Amino acid sequence: MTEKPLLSLHRITRVYGQGESEVRALDGVDLDIYPGEFIAVMGPSGSGKSTAMNVLGCLDRPTSGEYFFQGVEVGSISNTARAMLRRNYLGFVFQGYNLLARTTALENVELPLVYRGTARRERQEKAARALAVVGLEGRGHHTPAELSGGQQQRVAIARAIATDPTILLADEPTGNLDSARSHDIMRLLKSLNQDRGLTILMVTHEPDMAHYATRQIHFADGRVVAPKAEAA
Amino acid sequence: MLWDSVKLALRTIRRNVLRSSLTLLGIVIGVASVIALVTLGQGTTNKVTADLARLGSNMLIARPGTPTPGPPSGQDSRSFTARDVESLRSGLRNIKGVAPSANKQGVAVNGTASIDTTVTGTEPDYFNVQDWGFSAGGPFSESDTRAGAASCVIGETVRHDLFGNAPAVDASIRVANVSCTVVGVLAARGQSAFGTDQDSTIVMPLRTFQRRIAGSTRISTISVSTQQAADLPTVQAVMEDILRETRHIRQGEEDDFTVRDMTQLAATLTSTSTVMTGLLGAVAAVSLLVGGIGIMNIMLVSVAERTREIGIRLAIGALASQVLAQFLVEAVVLCLLGGIIGILLGLGIAATGAVLLDIPLAVQPTVIALAFAFSGAIGLLFGFFPARRAANLDPIEALRHE
Repeated sequence: MTEKPLLSLHRITRVYGQGESEVRALDGVDLDIYPGEFIAVMGPSGSGKSTAMNVLGCLDRPTSGEYFFQGVEVGSISNTARAMLRRNYLGFVFQGYNLLARTTALENVELPLVYRGTARRERQEKAARALAVVGLEGRGHHTPAELSGGQQQRVAIARAIATDPTILLADEPTGNLDSARSHDIMRLLKSLNQDRGLTILMVTHEPDMAHYATRQIHFADGRVVAPKAEAA
Repeated sequence: MLWDSVKLALRTIRRNVLRSSLTLLGIVIGVASVIALVTLGQGTTNKVTADLARLGSNMLIARPGTPTPGPPSGQDSRSFTARDVESLRSGLRNIKGVAPSANKQGVAVNGTASIDTTVTGTEPDYFNVQDWGFSAGGPFSESDTRAGAASCVIGETVRHDLFGNAPAVDASIRVANVSCTVVGVLAARGQSAFGTDQDSTIVMPLRTFQRRIAGSTRISTISVSTQQAADLPTVQAVMEDILRETRHIRQGEEDDFTVRDMTQLAATLTSTSTVMTGLLGAVAAVSLLVGGIGIMNIMLVSVAERTREIGIRLAIGALASQVLAQFLVEAVVLCLLGGIIGILLGLGIAATGAVLLDIPLAVQPTVIALAFAFSGAIGLLFGFFPARRAANLDPIEALRHE
């Protein structure tokens, strides 16, 4: 690929604790992600894939190394600057949905737009459109408690794409769902990637789900390793 | 954005109605007591001022006895004589009148009705000096006074107790076993600043009183009222000089009488009640402080409870400052709500108290505005620490929180 990477990690480390109890969650990670990719990040638990997601999502700061976001070093910027980055360029989908309870689906989807300062009318229109994209038209007034797990995750995806992010970060998006719902969600993500050109980075430990991605990255012991020869 | 925060805060408060109301209680009680106390205090002050004004404005009162603080006793001191009164009459300028008086408790009887009341012997000038009008009839005349006629003027309470709905003027009553004819009924005045009923009184010519009721020629009080308030200090000084002279007090000797300026008394009483109001207000302010600590406590609980929510907000792009603002707005809204309820409750208590204590309801908009602003300030002050704690949460930790 001659294209410039969207995200780029250089020798990223993330160390927790000090001295004897030191844990190197990331131990020199190099990674380039290009626009339009749908990447599945795989690896056993403790391999550092979630930490890598947090660093890429600007939720966590690397201990050393460089993180370029569209060519700009963002690994060491201030908390406020990272919050602005999250607000303007990133969308998040979590395993546990992380919707606000007792708040309607529409209001949940509107939330990132509220923080962006979008006017009420535009906010509601964008949120309604995002809900339509994930197939939840007319469900806007339901609260999370009134929706199934799959539907809640769709609301979360709608919330993540309502702001037209540059990249969608999904941490085990199907971890709490049964097989059928999981495939539904994956098809939704795949269509977002193909139809809208949305770059997606997804952590998963299920090979079935990883198959939907255009590229797979494997983590082990805090490093990116060459993909193992697949049994299938 | 701010409006969104306010709406969000109101929704959160509604979600925990019981908890919110209990938290509010501290602020409500604090604000209510400040409002009630200050309003009642001001009402008392207003009443005292009004009462003293009714007692006769621009009035100087001379009583026997050395100047001592508190109500004058003066019983064993040398009382005034007719000569003292004459000297004052001829020596004072710019005055409305000079009224000598003496009084005694006595029982007044009309048929089967009776009342224990104050009987005052004085001269017709008394009504001018006291600025006291009549609801029926009029004062006894100068000739009545000179002759020691058995005529009298009665206060509203006496009229009510002795006559009910029957006409009082020209009727005959017995006052301390002396029969006399009612010539006038005084206009109602209500309670005095000292809490006594000013309308429970019978006024008769001084000579009649001295001869037939008191059995002595003692004069216990001389009241003088000036034309204008500005004349008071001069008239008081001249009055003291004249009395010293007629009473043969040598230079260097202390006065054996006291001349009091009723406006000074008003100022003293007013300042006393102002101090009391201030002290009670301070106590109430302490309860507001306690209320504020309650707010801080509950906000800390709320932040701990909503850690995950805060994590979500931070992850999807809320700035730390926006999370801070959210919790600060919540604390302020909570306190202002308490403030509003407290103000209404306080005014309710004040209104009830005003009726019970028979004082005017002195609603003070500035105090209400201050109480409102103060409760908001308490929200800011005590909400800041919990809000900062929320804003400083690490998003990853917060998202992991169950």
